[in-house]
Amino acid sequence: MSGFLTALAIMAALAILLGAILGFASVRFRVEADPLVDKIDAILPQTQCGQCSFPGCRPYAEAIAGGEADINQCPPGGEDGIRKLAELLGVDFKPFDEGAIEVKPKSVALIDETTCIGCTLCIQACPVDAIVGAAKQMHTIIASECTGCELCLPPCPVDCIQMVPVGTTVANWKWSYPVIPIKAVKA
Amino acid sequence: MSALFRFHGGIHPPEFKALSNGTPIATPPLPARFAVPLSQHLGNPAKACVALGERVLAGQRIGDADGRISAAVHAPTSGVVSAIGPHAVAHPSGLLQDCIVIDSDGLDNWCAPSPLPNWQDAGDDEIRTFLRDMGVVGQGGAVFPTSLKLGVNTLEQLIVNGAECEPFISCDDRLMRERAGEIVDGIRIAAQLMRPRTVLIGIEDNKPEAITAMRAACAGSGFEVVAIPTLYPSGGAKQLIRILTGKKVPHGVRATDMGVQCFNVGTLYSLKRAMMDGEPVISRILTLSGDLARPGNIEARIGTPFAHLLAWAGIQPDSEGVIMGGPMMGFDLPSLEAGVSKASNCLIAKSRALFPPRPPALPCIRCGECASVCPAELQPMDLYWFAKAKDLGRAQEADLFDCIECGACSYVCPSQLPLVDFYKFAKDEIWAAERDKKAADRARMRHDFRQLRLERDKAEKAQRLAARATPAPASSAAPDPDKAAAIRAAMARAAEKKAEDSHAPAKTPLSDDAKRAAIEAAMTRAAANKAARESAVSTAAAPGDEAKRAAIEAAMARAAARKAAQGAAAGAEAGATPVAMPASPSQPKPAIDDAKRAAIEAAMARAAARKAEQGVEVGAASAAMPSQAKPAIDDAKRAAIEAAMARAAAKKAERDAAQKGDN
Amino acid sequence: MHAPYIARPSTVSVIMLKVLLALLPAIAVSVWFYGIALLVQLSLASATALLAEAAMLRLRGVPVAPFLKDGSALLTAWLLALSMPALGAWWLIVVATLFAIVVGKQLYGGLGNNPFNPAMVGFAVAMVSFPAQMAHWGMPHGPLDSAAQLAWIFSRELPAGLSLDAISMATPLDYLKTQLLLGGSDIASLKQAPMFGHIAGVGSEWVALAYLGGGLFLLQQRVISYQAPLAMLAGLTALAVPLWLWQPAHYVDPLFHLVAGATLLAAFFIVTDPVSGPTSARGKLIFGFGVGLLIYVIRVFGGYPDAAAFAVLLMNIAVPLIDQLTRPPAFGKRKRTKKAGQHA
Ligand code: SF4
Ligand code: SF4
Repeated sequence: MSGFLTALAIMAALAILLGAILGFASVRFRVEADPLVDKIDAILPQTQCGQCSFPGCRPYAEAIAGGEADINQCPPGGEDGIRKLAELLGVDFKPFDEGAIEVKPKSVALIDETTCIGCTLCIQACPVDAIVGAAKQMHTIIASECTGCELCLPPCPVDCIQMVPVGTTVANWKWSYPVIPIKAVKA
Repeated sequence: MSALFRFHGGIHPPEFKALSNGTPIATPPLPARFAVPLSQHLGNPAKACVALGERVLAGQRIGDADGRISAAVHAPTSGVVSAIGPHAVAHPSGLLQDCIVIDSDGLDNWCAPSPLPNWQDAGDDEIRTFLRDMGVVGQGGAVFPTSLKLGVNTLEQLIVNGAECEPFISCDDRLMRERAGEIVDGIRIAAQLMRPRTVLIGIEDNKPEAITAMRAACAGSGFEVVAIPTLYPSGGAKQLIRILTGKKVPHGVRATDMGVQCFNVGTLYSLKRAMMDGEPVISRILTLSGDLARPGNIEARIGTPFAHLLAWAGIQPDSEGVIMGGPMMGFDLPSLEAGVSKASNCLIAKSRALFPPRPPALPCIRCGECASVCPAELQPMDLYWFAKAKDLGRAQEADLFDCIECGACSYVCPSQLPLVDFYKFAKDEIWAAERDKKAADRARMRHDFRQLRLERDKAEKAQRLAARATPAPASSAAPDPDKAAAIRAAMARAAEKKAEDSHAPAKTPLSDDAKRAAIEAAMTRAAANKAARESAVSTAAAPGDEAKRAAIEAAMARAAARKAAQGAAAGAEAGATPVAMPASPSQPKPAIDDAKRAAIEAAMARAAARKAEQGVEVGAASAAMPSQAKPAIDDAKRAAIEAAMARAAAKKAERDAAQKGDN
Repeated sequence: MHAPYIARPSTVSVIMLKVLLALLPAIAVSVWFYGIALLVQLSLASATALLAEAAMLRLRGVPVAPFLKDGSALLTAWLLALSMPALGAWWLIVVATLFAIVVGKQLYGGLGNNPFNPAMVGFAVAMVSFPAQMAHWGMPHGPLDSAAQLAWIFSRELPAGLSLDAISMATPLDYLKTQLLLGGSDIASLKQAPMFGHIAGVGSEWVALAYLGGGLFLLQQRVISYQAPLAMLAGLTALAVPLWLWQPAHYVDPLFHLVAGATLLAAFFIVTDPVSGPTSARGKLIFGFGVGLLIYVIRVFGGYPDAAAFAVLLMNIAVPLIDQLTRPPAFGKRKRTKKAGQHA
């Protein structure tokens, strides 16, 4: 019996000691500048669409780092993005809320230049300055810079902006994941 | 005879070469229609330089090289350009790519040959341009523009690749047997340009006739023909270099850095034809093999539809698809309508007898067979494991990109795993991820700049309002946006005028105002240029050459716009004849009338100016970074300050102009 | 189907078949010395293994036929039957095989995914759970005829007048160990016992020779590579020689160690198992050497008479590490690529 008690006492003492060391270390060696935000921001797709309800990717990253936002609020990042965030933060993967998002193919905006009245509203909406134009002049979108955030769609008074899916070309075509016929016959 | 080296691994697949190497190179009849791909080489696709409906002659250039890494394409026969646009090409994806379709007139009239007779005296640049314009590219498989491989003059060994190790393929074999003299002429040219100490011609010992022919042609030239043991993949450039010189060129290192360079015999042949005979690359030797009535080698014009060639060779009704390339590294042709390209070395009609289906795959048993044959000395089972688990980072760590996709591992795998498919998948995924990351980085940067700009504009506006409120409280608020925009457009138009004028600075004596404007504009331009350069340096990841160019152009436009503002202030006339702006990022539709175009261009100039501002911002940002070298900081700072000054000046001018407009 | 469109017609089944073939001489010699009991054990193990494998494959929702045909379950069964005492009770081999297939192999994901050698898992479980059963080995040309052997295996009934001790014995390894522990005499006198032949046990040394022959056949067929067996024998010798030279009376000669017990079976058929072993040549050397050292240590200083199974299992644990540390550099590179990123 006494052996058991000694063991218990030792274990308890050890636990307290290690806990104290850990606690001390976390205070003593706290990293000042918060690189976590940068790391999270690096994972976010930089679409700057605000679908996460934050005004841009970085604010969302800050909110995640601050524990104010969940990791499953970025539709353009897809489940892959959530998975990476989960891995980075050491939390469980969390799927998108039911019906919260529809998966869309990567698209870029296209202005119908015959309809455009040159109101500049879309220019002001574009978070990455991918729209070129001036008042009363036709606007156009620099497709290579467009992130597909769709923020320019609602302001347009004449609805002349459309989202056009980026097709696969020989340049961006990928080999698909090989199918080995033997694998899993039934689920 | 120099000593031979061994590369690790390698396999002995059945050769099947006798199917096609017994008959001389034939010339099939020309088809009625050719589809010449604009992208037949590594790098940028060529730019079409003929118009729809244009008559072309055989050998006429129809696509110009676009940029440094590119090559021209030429009309394979005489006829009419009947289409320029997406067309089936020889690519595993089956996606369409831009081609120039030529309807043959059946005459096969040639344009005058344009050789480079004095190539011995020509400079490097001249030769490069010549080869690029003649469309000479590597014919071994990578189709790397040959112009970029020449011009190194400190070479130890020049390797000529006649190994041709893949089963079925015999085009190099036949070429060496029949046209050894011309190949050796090509070697001579290359040797003259690159001055190697030795020239080694490696040919697998299963081609004794080719070895004899090449030895005869090389007699007295000092080039050494080396018979190397037949072992797949000895025809891989790295492997052949290893065999002949003992050097191992690792992935990511250029062979020339190790004093060797390797050319395929076909490439040297076309090099000779271009230089000495003035004939651009409009044909190549191609093996037709497999399930055909008349397999053999042909000299095929570029752009000849595969279906035409296969029909000519008598493709059997029971054949199931066609492989482009060899059975080890080739791919299924998704469409036989595609045309022969400079990379097409072999067509194999598949049949069940020649290519029985593989038994079902089992899991990897880690037997290590793959590792023992891998010429890249990798551990293919590890690569497979990582790629299968989509653990791309680990795959990359395991040197995935050193894999030459030779297929030896998959060939020996007792579990019959399609290993190479996994590697291709993983490589493409990694590339795509890299592209996405670059795009995201660029977007992040652009967004940050925008954010900064908006804040700064706000601050400036507040300042301006405050400043105006004190001396003249009665004066009205900012002019309404429409008016301001109109004025801005007018100013931009004036700027164009001014820009034109500035080319002749001595025309009129400059007023003080104008002088100041000119000086400021120059300062702005310099500052913006500097900033653009800074930004290109400090953010090497995001903006490529294009971005840099755009930034510089934008800066120029901005300077012009500023000048316009000054001009307006000085009472310059608006409504000058528009001239083309250097910064126009996209061409307007030709249908729009001149006045409208001018307006659009003005708008674009504004946008470009904004871009330039971003460039300045980058410069400033980089200046704030402590890791930057000291002079760079000063430069950037000065640039930023100058830019800010210029901006302020422009704003003032704008205001003045607006007020003038109001009065 | 994609490139390569051609493939060498070697398959997993062919490899496994060759290994089974290489075991035949040893089986024949064993049967000659010890009677048909081994054949019974082999059949029991095979049947159990195939049934267990099929059942597990079905449970996992994987097609059964191609995997049963690969022959790996059969090989596990044979190796297990060859390492267990031939006169063990029927349920002993059945339990061991079940464990080997179900836990040692299928629960890890089946063929190619098991970190431990399944046969050795089965053996170790039997050894730890039923040490008494595992201590009774048949005698060469023992007193039991075939029918009696069958009766003994299935119903534990002995012909009248025979006791358990009369039909079975300890292995020479076991015998030496216990005698030395008892502090009796020195090795030289111990080896005078009738169970010892020229080098090791009377019958077992011939069986060992047959394993050697089978191993050489596999080497010649390039089914196995020389590194692991050679390194294992070297590891064993590396410890055996100095100790024997130091105190020949206390430490038996290296040759005995090389031939006795399961040494040669392990060298050619166990440490060469590709799935649970390392892949690179250097890795195989390290792995084999480690197994050799451990076998000696456990045999001489540990609690079990023979040690191949434990040594192999211990080294199996180290395989991922060995693999990682011994990955050869890629073509033309001096060092293998450094870690590209950090991993949690
Ligand atoms: S050859 Fe196949 S089974 Fe063997 S280790 Fe390589 S991938 Fe695995
Ligand atoms: S395909 Fe890649 S991994 Fe396989 S053998 Fe060739 S180089 Fe090695």
